[in-house]
Amino acid sequence: MTHLSVLCKPRRLPAIRAPLAWPGLPVGVALAFVASVAWAQAGAAVRPGPIEAILRWGPLIFGGFLFNVLTSVLSMTVGTALGAPLGLLLIAPGRLPRGISWAVTQFFRNAPWLVLLFYVMFLLPFELHVGGVTIPLPDWAKAVLGLSLPVAANVAEIVRGALQSIPEPQWSAAAGLAFGRLQTIRLIILPQAIRRMLPPWMNLYAILTMATTLISIVGIQDGLTITRAAISSDARPEMMLPLYLFLLLLFFVYCYPIARATLALERRLLVRG
Amino acid sequence: MRDVEKSFGAVPVLRGVSLTVHRGETVCIIGPSGSGKSTLLRCINGLVPITAGSITVAGREVNDPKLDPLALRRDVGIVFQQYNLFPHRTALQNIMMAPVHVLGQDRASVETRARALLAKVRLTDKADGFPGELSGGQQQRVAIARALAMNPKVMLFDEVTAALDPETKKEVLVTIQELAGEGMTCILVTHEMGFARRVADQVFFTDGGVLVEEGPPEQVLDAPREARTRDFLDKIL
Ligand SMILES: Nc1ncnc2c1ncn2[C@@H]1O[C@H](COP(=O)(O)OP(=O)(O)OP(=O)(O)O)[C@@H](O)[C@H]1O
Ligand SMILES: [Mg+2]
Repeated sequence: MTHLSVLCKPRRLPAIRAPLAWPGLPVGVALAFVASVAWAQAGAAVRPGPIEAILRWGPLIFGGFLFNVLTSVLSMTVGTALGAPLGLLLIAPGRLPRGISWAVTQFFRNAPWLVLLFYVMFLLPFELHVGGVTIPLPDWAKAVLGLSLPVAANVAEIVRGALQSIPEPQWSAAAGLAFGRLQTIRLIILPQAIRRMLPPWMNLYAILTMATTLISIVGIQDGLTITRAAISSDARPEMMLPLYLFLLLLFFVYCYPIARATLALERRLLVRG
Repeated sequence: MRDVEKSFGAVPVLRGVSLTVHRGETVCIIGPSGSGKSTLLRCINGLVPITAGSITVAGREVNDPKLDPLALRRDVGIVFQQYNLFPHRTALQNIMMAPVHVLGQDRASVETRARALLAKVRLTDKADGFPGELSGGQQQRVAIARALAMNPKVMLFDEVTAALDPETKKEVLVTIQELAGEGMTCILVTHEMGFARRVADQVFFTDGGVLVEEGPPEQVLDAPREARTRDFLDKIL
């Protein structure tokens, strides 16, 4: 395995600009992937090799991966919709809303995501009766909800931090012009704070996307479930490496541009303040 | 304003201040740093709640628990030392925001008025400039226009020229002087003694959270009766 880490190592490491200016990372991962395929291929002269395995299972795994992406988008949407108002409550003038929102945020931020997922999966019924209407709650919907809880808590913290980073005189100026509290937030504080929220929010999204593989543990057919099924159905343990790497590569290709965009945004904020 | 007291926690900042400003008057508050001048000003529009005493502004009791602080602030404009424009909006938008969103006035008529105010502070050509693109003096004049757009009955100025160089200071002081000449009630915290002499009807000297001396500028600035006022004036001149 050492050859893999050697391949992954950058040739040069420019001090601070490294994460942005270093195209070597995706190249390195791609090389590692090719190397692992070659490694598995080498020991499989007779039986179908890893190339065949990837060609055979790749489309299925890719389909599963798309389900991870869908889950991440839905969880992020729900989590943001829940977390943004929670973040506003964190700086509410009243002691009670502030205390409650603080407790909720701390609880969901400091709980293992997988445990939260288990709770939601097993505590929620498979359908909800609201009034006379029955709303079915399929497993994937519960999983989305389960992942969106920690996301909401993290979004709340991002929102609170960005709102509080706007200097106090902006609040005074707004108050001096007779803006109410909510108007001040909506028209003056939030538009300035959103720029600061974007990088950590995107970072959170990338983390969430990778965490969506947790749903395979609660029995949902995502990219990871399908990869594992592929490996065990072939009864070829040596296929583990290329197939998992294929899955890793999918996530990487999706998340790496987000990470780079996040860094670019952060740098722009640093420059422009 | 009668017997106003204000403490931040256990720290008393205003220790019984009484003063009266008549409609249409321009008054200057002077005093050493930390004497509570800014705090006094912020009490007048309720930005800082007072601990004891009473303040009446245009018929409104500031300390009245039933008072709508927003109604009070619609009548009292305030301009700060650091301008505090909204950086994400242009000069024109800065001026228009409060009348449109707070008073619910019609956008078109507010824009006409906002442009007239920009002309008044001689910044017609900067309407679409963002605060970051304006000089300090220009920003401060936009801030004055922004406060005026609410048609306030009283204007508060908190060391609005302290951060400016002498030339830009003058632009801003001329604007305030014109305003005073038009009969606006103006309360200024300032260290501009020349301006106070020319424009003020009354000068108040505060120190240590109390009002030490008050009177017309010729008296307070040129022939102070109190030793503390004399000391202060000697130091800054
Ligand atoms: N929000 C606050 N919390 C606690 N203390 C405060 C607060 N605002 C002002 N103070 C204190 O009140 C005192 C008076 O402050 P204030 O800003 O009114 O003085 P000032 O006369 O305007 O001074 P300067 O000329 O430096 O602006 C200072 O000692 C300051 O530390
Ligand atoms: Mg001050």
